[in-house]
Amino acid sequence: MMNNAAVEIDRLHVRRGSVRVFDGVDLTIPRGQITGLLGPSGCGKTTLMRSIVGVQKIASGTVTVLGEPGGSRQLRHRVAYGTQGAAVYGDLSVRQNLAYAASLLNAPKGDVDRVIDEVGLRAQAGQLVESLSGGQSTRVSLGMALIGAPELVVLDEPTVGLDPVLRSELWQLFRELADRGVTMIVSSHVMDEAQRCDRLLLMREGRIIADTTPASLLEETGTTDAEAAFLALIERDRSDSAPRSRREAREQDAREQEAGE
Amino acid sequence: MSIRRTFATAGRVLAQLRHDPRSIALMLIAPSLLVGLFAWLFSDKEGVFDQFGGAILALFPFIVMFLITSITTLRERRSGTLERLMTTPLGKPDFILGYALAFGLMALLQAVITVTFAVWVCGLDVDGPLWQLGLVAVVDALLGTALGLLASAFAQTEFQAVQFMPLLVFPQIILGGLFMPRDQMPDVLHAISDWLPLSYAIDAIGAVAAGDEGWDVYGPLLIVLAFAVGALLLASLTLRRRTR
Repeated sequence: MMNNAAVEIDRLHVRRGSVRVFDGVDLTIPRGQITGLLGPSGCGKTTLMRSIVGVQKIASGTVTVLGEPGGSRQLRHRVAYGTQGAAVYGDLSVRQNLAYAASLLNAPKGDVDRVIDEVGLRAQAGQLVESLSGGQSTRVSLGMALIGAPELVVLDEPTVGLDPVLRSELWQLFRELADRGVTMIVSSHVMDEAQRCDRLLLMREGRIIADTTPASLLEETGTTDAEAAFLALIERDRSDSAPRSRREAREQDAREQEAGE
Repeated sequence: MSIRRTFATAGRVLAQLRHDPRSIALMLIAPSLLVGLFAWLFSDKEGVFDQFGGAILALFPFIVMFLITSITTLRERRSGTLERLMTTPLGKPDFILGYALAFGLMALLQAVITVTFAVWVCGLDVDGPLWQLGLVAVVDALLGTALGLLASAFAQTEFQAVQFMPLLVFPQIILGGLFMPRDQMPDVLHAISDWLPLSYAIDAIGAVAAGDEGWDVYGPLLIVLAFAVGALLLASLTLRRRTR
């Protein structure tokens, strides 16, 4: 049977020291769509993405990506990850960075040139990345994730610090990729980017507080823009969870655990 | 393990280095300058440079490569590029060997230049063949690279990485037999020095300088190589695909 979900997360627990980053996250991300991961900084977006690409140590739970266990060897050709900030070599040229990624993935010859055009760095191809502007080096980092033919592309805040024109161009590129059947997971804290996604996951304090679409988000909250909708949801979530004392929380956890077993 | 990815990584590291001519110059010329300083210091004392010059040849490639490797790999760990590489098909041994290969090549160049300078300019007198002196220098540099890779796993900042140098390197220099023949050391220190790779590097250099042949040269050299391989293995174990 063909598994239709790109990512399936079941009761994911992640701890960092004594802090529980995730305490039982369940999640399904469909294939071939752009899923936006939104939420205030520190809410666990990056940890969730790291869990999906398999570089996050997880305490328990399962992450299934494209039908395989997350982070498994078979996935390393099929999943691409663009880290937050430009994880590129500043002392190499744009072309050298992309060529290194291409040789690791055994990508076809023309891939480097295709990606250079896709991220709009034709004129800077021979320049050292450290001599580029912040937005340009972000695009190099994005380009590294587009080398080869990944089926799932996970991008952590790829448009941060870019001007509106460039942001719009990149979202067009994400849309083209999704139309080609690539599953895109893109995090952002710019709420107006929410409208560009097919699905939205809103996170707060290590929990998914909404799994919805842009249209029903607005409808449900009775607001007209994503930012207001998001604030409304956060407010609602806060008032839901605020009266919960530590003891209540423990008892609820115990109940959930029993229910889970 | 993939030869193609190992070479791609080595090529990438060398390409990075090529954009940094100042580091290349420091790597290739600094050991010669220090050997020259040493020769000048003892220019009036007959035979002293011949006695210590060889050992200096063993030390500098080791120290320089230790520092360069630990800092570059630490930079890779901290900049996010290592995390990104760990999501690609690149194997951990490919990564470590790629670095060892690239810096090993630099070590070879460094050894050729430093040995040439020590012998032709400073007049270092060795009884054994010169290529053996170069070989010991290369193996020492490899050891430095391997230990540097390992040390970078335990450093969180560049500042810490540099502090590892005195901690890991100085005791080896002091106990290596350069200041006092190892068999004259207090028993405990002698026993410790038997477990330090640099002691064998200095033994090997001494054997070449004295014109010894066969196992007197290759025995200690193999021990140094074994330490280097061991450190590379450990370093590749410290790489983790999943981190906190």
